Amino acid sequence: MDIRKVKKLIELLEQSNVAEIEIHEGEESVRISRHGGATSLFMPQGMAMQQVPAPTAAPPAAGAVKPGDELLDGLAGEVVRSPMVGTFYRSPSPGTGPFIEEGQKVKAGDTLCIIEAMKILNQIECERAGTVRRILVENGQPVEYNQPLFVIE
Amino acid sequence: MPAMIEKILIANRGEIALRVLRACRELGIRTVAVHSEADRDLKHVLLADESVCIGPAASRDSYLNIPAIISAAEVTDTVAIHPGYGFLSENSDFAERVERSGFIFIGPRPETIRLMGDKVSAIAAMKAAGVPCVPGSDGPLDDQDKKRTLEIARAIGYPIMIKASGGGGGRGMRVVNSEATLLNAISLTRAEAAAAFNNDMVYMEKYLENPRHIEFQVLADQHGHAVYLGERDCSMQRRHQKVVEEAPAPGITAAQRAEIGERCAQACRDIGYRGAGTFEFLYEDGRFYFIEMNTRVQVEHPVTEMVTGVDVVKEQILIAAGEHLHYAQEDITIRGHAIECRINAEHSDTFRPSPGKINEFHAPGGPGIRMDTHIYSGYTVPSHYDSMIGKLIAHGETRQVAIARMCNALRETVIEGIDTNIKLQRTILRDAAFEAGGANIHYLEKKLGL
Repeated sequence: MDIRKVKKLIELLEQSNVAEIEIHEGEESVRISRHGGATSLFMPQGMAMQQVPAPTAAPPAAGAVKPGDELLDGLAGEVVRSPMVGTFYRSPSPGTGPFIEEGQKVKAGDTLCIIEAMKILNQIECERAGTVRRILVENGQPVEYNQPLFVIE
Repeated sequence: MPAMIEKILIANRGEIALRVLRACRELGIRTVAVHSEADRDLKHVLLADESVCIGPAASRDSYLNIPAIISAAEVTDTVAIHPGYGFLSENSDFAERVERSGFIFIGPRPETIRLMGDKVSAIAAMKAAGVPCVPGSDGPLDDQDKKRTLEIARAIGYPIMIKASGGGGGRGMRVVNSEATLLNAISLTRAEAAAAFNNDMVYMEKYLENPRHIEFQVLADQHGHAVYLGERDCSMQRRHQKVVEEAPAPGITAAQRAEIGERCAQACRDIGYRGAGTFEFLYEDGRFYFIEMNTRVQVEHPVTEMVTGVDVVKEQILIAAGEHLHYAQEDITIRGHAIECRINAEHSDTFRPSPGKINEFHAPGGPGIRMDTHIYSGYTVPSHYDSMIGKLIAHGETRQVAIARMCNALRETVIEGIDTNIKLQRTILRDAAFEAGGANIHYLEKKLGL
């Protein structure tokens, strides 16, 4: 089932008073339900959680300006960049709280965010302990390889 | 009339990515350029409507990275993916995953790519379709039946070529001159094939000593129509890499073109081919022998475009969108002659690759001159990819005019800051055997003393 369709269904649900939607398409089905304000997702097929460590900031190519670089001026700390192409999510599922907030202290191994690519939710982990200084992308925003996501001091 | 595709993701780089972008622009289709970290400044990336960095410089992690490409297609709401040539363009796995993910793959169906990617099954399919093939084993060799292998070889006649079924494009081949060395050669080729292609299937073919390389361009739509767009002569090669290509092939008659071309078109109909494709032949003593089919657009497609007036890349997109072919066979005519010189970032004598910054680029011009290149003044050629940085094409009303125009254009072209093979191209264009036409595939290497 197309992840874009599922996203649209979630949006529909959140904008309405409907508590639960279940859709069958051939062999595949999706049930999306709202529990006391939070929406949760049950995808019988193909959704798997994977742990992926975030790479340390790669040296920028000589002269190349990368997207998001303009947001880094004057910030102390290390830039955490996206290891893959996908969609950035701040929380494990729509409606639940985000993994981290600005100002929060994190340690090595903490999950910072999820990047969803091809129906797989990849958890991006923190490499080193520190404090989250800035979150550079918005929930649901597409990100490309090496795009700056966080500044952690 | 089916709806036109709204957005295409170009899964390639360099000059072919720019070529695809131009075709998309012409059709009003929005473009997504995926690129590696090293390719942020590619011309087509700068021109595309959207761009997505999909990985570091290494091809394996970027242009060959299937999940990254499909993920980029998802986040940009792409409709179709054009794979260009090389990279994943003939990877049936990629084609299948693209389609399973809900996108259109601009090319043949995955099963067709698989059929033609396996050289043994490709030859069997072509024989069934009546396309003449090189006399050979007509199937894989069986190590359990050495007697039969020797008999087949005797029937074909030495010298014989052992070929890997999973190979192609010059890879996985060995020549055997006499029966004494045959069985050993087969074992060696098998071992190499297992290592290189993960497939140790081998077959035999008669080795043609002085053939020319002549290939036929076809287009087939999703409604059973197929046409051939004439042939190209690509005999000027070095280490199985084409250096100069031309259309039409010198000395080939209209009758020969029609006979072989129509067999190729019929083969397309028989196997349900979709899109652009090229049937490669060896030509010797007036006869054509099929060797392999390329299920993608080829580097040298411009020479066919110049002599037929058909835009091959645009047709690929229209076919993928579900349109009927706009041409019937009688609409295709060959007008004049076209030659293409590949421009590589390498030293003309040593062939050493020459990446680096192009301080100044000045393109040639004039009647019948076309330059397909992504380079510009200030562009840095990266070291991570192959050295071809462009193609110079000359068209004229006769072959002599095309040669003269190409010589002028090569002289006018300025690429400063890196080495190029322009000097070599000028030498080839002035060579007597080249000017006479019909040189075979070994000629260039002999001339260069290789």
